[in-house]
Amino acid sequence: MALPNYTETRYRIWHYFYIAICTFVFFFLIAPLFVIFPLSFNAEEFLVFSEGMKRLDPDAFSFRWYHEMVYGTKNPWGLAAKNSFIIAIFATIGSIILGTLAALGLSSRHMPYKGLIMAVLISPMIVPLIISGVAIFFFMAKVGLAATHTGIVMAHIILGTPFVVITVTATLSGFDHSVTRAASSLGSNPFNTFMKITLPLILPGVISGGLFAFVTSFDEVVVVLFLAGLENTTIPVQMWTGLREQLSPTILAVATCLIILSTLILVTAELLRRRSERLRGINR
Amino acid sequence: MSSETKQILTTDGIPLEVSLKKAEKKNKIKAFLLVAPLLLFLFITYVFPIGEMFTRSVDDKMITNMLPKTFKAMEKWDGKELPPEEVFAGFYSDYKVLIENQTQGKLGQRLNKEKNGFNSITKKLMRQIKRNKIDETQSIKKQIMKVHKRWRDVEYWQAIKRTAPPYTMAKYLKGMDMYFAADGSIAQVDEDRRIHRILWLRTLEIALFVTIFCFLMGYPIAHLLATLPMKYSNLLMICVLLPFWTSLLVRTASWMILLQQQGVVNDFFVMIGLVGDDNRPEMMYNKVGTYVAMTQILLPFMVLPLYSVMKTISPSLMRAGKSLGGTPFVAFWKVYFPLTIPGIGAGCLLVFILAIGYYITPALVGGASGTLISNQIAYHMKTTLDWSFASAMGLMLLSGVLVIYWIYNKLVGVDNIKLG
Repeated sequence: MALPNYTETRYRIWHYFYIAICTFVFFFLIAPLFVIFPLSFNAEEFLVFSEGMKRLDPDAFSFRWYHEMVYGTKNPWGLAAKNSFIIAIFATIGSIILGTLAALGLSSRHMPYKGLIMAVLISPMIVPLIISGVAIFFFMAKVGLAATHTGIVMAHIILGTPFVVITVTATLSGFDHSVTRAASSLGSNPFNTFMKITLPLILPGVISGGLFAFVTSFDEVVVVLFLAGLENTTIPVQMWTGLREQLSPTILAVATCLIILSTLILVTAELLRRRSERLRGINR
Repeated sequence: MSSETKQILTTDGIPLEVSLKKAEKKNKIKAFLLVAPLLLFLFITYVFPIGEMFTRSVDDKMITNMLPKTFKAMEKWDGKELPPEEVFAGFYSDYKVLIENQTQGKLGQRLNKEKNGFNSITKKLMRQIKRNKIDETQSIKKQIMKVHKRWRDVEYWQAIKRTAPPYTMAKYLKGMDMYFAADGSIAQVDEDRRIHRILWLRTLEIALFVTIFCFLMGYPIAHLLATLPMKYSNLLMICVLLPFWTSLLVRTASWMILLQQQGVVNDFFVMIGLVGDDNRPEMMYNKVGTYVAMTQILLPFMVLPLYSVMKTISPSLMRAGKSLGGTPFVAFWKVYFPLTIPGIGAGCLLVFILAIGYYITPALVGGASGTLISNQIAYHMKTTLDWSFASAMGLMLLSGVLVIYWIYNKLVGVDNIKLG
């Protein structure tokens, strides 16, 4: 963004002002995440930087809260983590299957009422979570699935499928349908064509949609708060109760682990996106 | 095709037109069958339950089912003076059935909501009936009227009559701080008790300002990301995407740490001498906290659509504008800005939709003055257990969101939503 020599002073000032604004906004976006790291190593029980930490005194730092998170007595994080992973994995599988099938149908040019159906399929992403939570709770209570893993998995499939539908439809928009026709004309049945031709080509889209569905489920708290009993507690539910009631640095230890997890997911998603764009021949 | 021209036949002798139509239909069904599982699943578990919220929100069948004979007899009553003997007799026999089933308490509570004072007079009547004080051979009207003076008051009978229809819009009126007055007209609640209207306005206000803040902060960085060379912009994009992928609760937690009175932001203000150490401002548990946290959390949803639009604008357009004599500002305002309007529309609508239904962040950092309508819905679902009122409020919010969603769909198209 180097400025040409002939730039007038006022535009020069304006340019630096613009860079300053951008720097501030980037800082505003990313800095809050980094305040969690050092505080999670706090040796004391408060969620503020102690005097020792400001002096970088090694004694003021400890792994105490990480120890507490893993081995603490009566701590809920083990069960919560197990539940979160089980629920998120099954919800992701369900979302991927239902969402990919629907995206295949929607991308067909023969699909009737495409716009309307798309609007319905995307709606769980748009409708405020609190309303989805109330509606899903009424349904699950009626069929006796409230406070069960099955109920929560189903709820998260509802919330996760829009992401899969969107990403897979986007991948399919650049899809060359003549390859599937070629496979059919060579005698392949539709299932084999899908598994051997279509799926490998749209796989980046499917996986990145699956990542969205996974994160949605893993991070979802509003609907789980309505549905979960004590046995179905998840990491976000525990964080929610923790933030409302006893604010302990253990939460920060958990939060640090979650930030590391989200960094891994971000890297995977980025790599997939680039691969997908390369496969679809979008060069920038 | 006119009948004179010869029809083109396929190899098996069927006219080509028919054959093509058949194939087309088959393809249509095939495409639909692929969508059907998800559509069916969503309809059963999601769309119908939302519809059920509506029946729940207007449902008022409880009393209708409890007092069948009373309401039958009331059909002939004009509602101006005390009801005739048959109404009293009907009420007496309905009430006796309720006492036998031990559900009379619910009637008292429900009627008490309609008009204060019902609870005690129904209980008094129950005791008289249980002691067999009511002589069924005599006029029941006179005996009930003797139980308590309120039974002689026509307003109480009018209140019972108002509960007759199996459906009521009362919950919706309550959501707008209105109610059905004694004569059946719609009245406003007292000025100092209008809590819901304040909440609606606050929700709109916060959603609007968060959208504006997100736009003001998102536009410059989306522009920078779109104009920088790829290798720098990819790096900076991480600053947008990492918060986007990070748990909402983690981000809310970090704002709670930053904004608390002994927190980093306040420490910084004290350090640069903006405020004294002994009067650190309260930045959490009020609107400030809600604004700051929600803006940061929703900012990626503004930047990503803006970025994807700005990416498609060729830099030569700005150069052309400048070479034709426009100052950089004019070139920007007349050339670049109009081209980004689709992105602005998409980003603003998306942020507004998400902000208007926000629950978690306002509940944690909002305190009493920063809570939104969603928090009120959750409160009625969990604490007061007034599920029909929660449903009514939810549907009022939903109808607002659906209008914006419809506009969004018209302007942007749901299939143009871009993720990541």
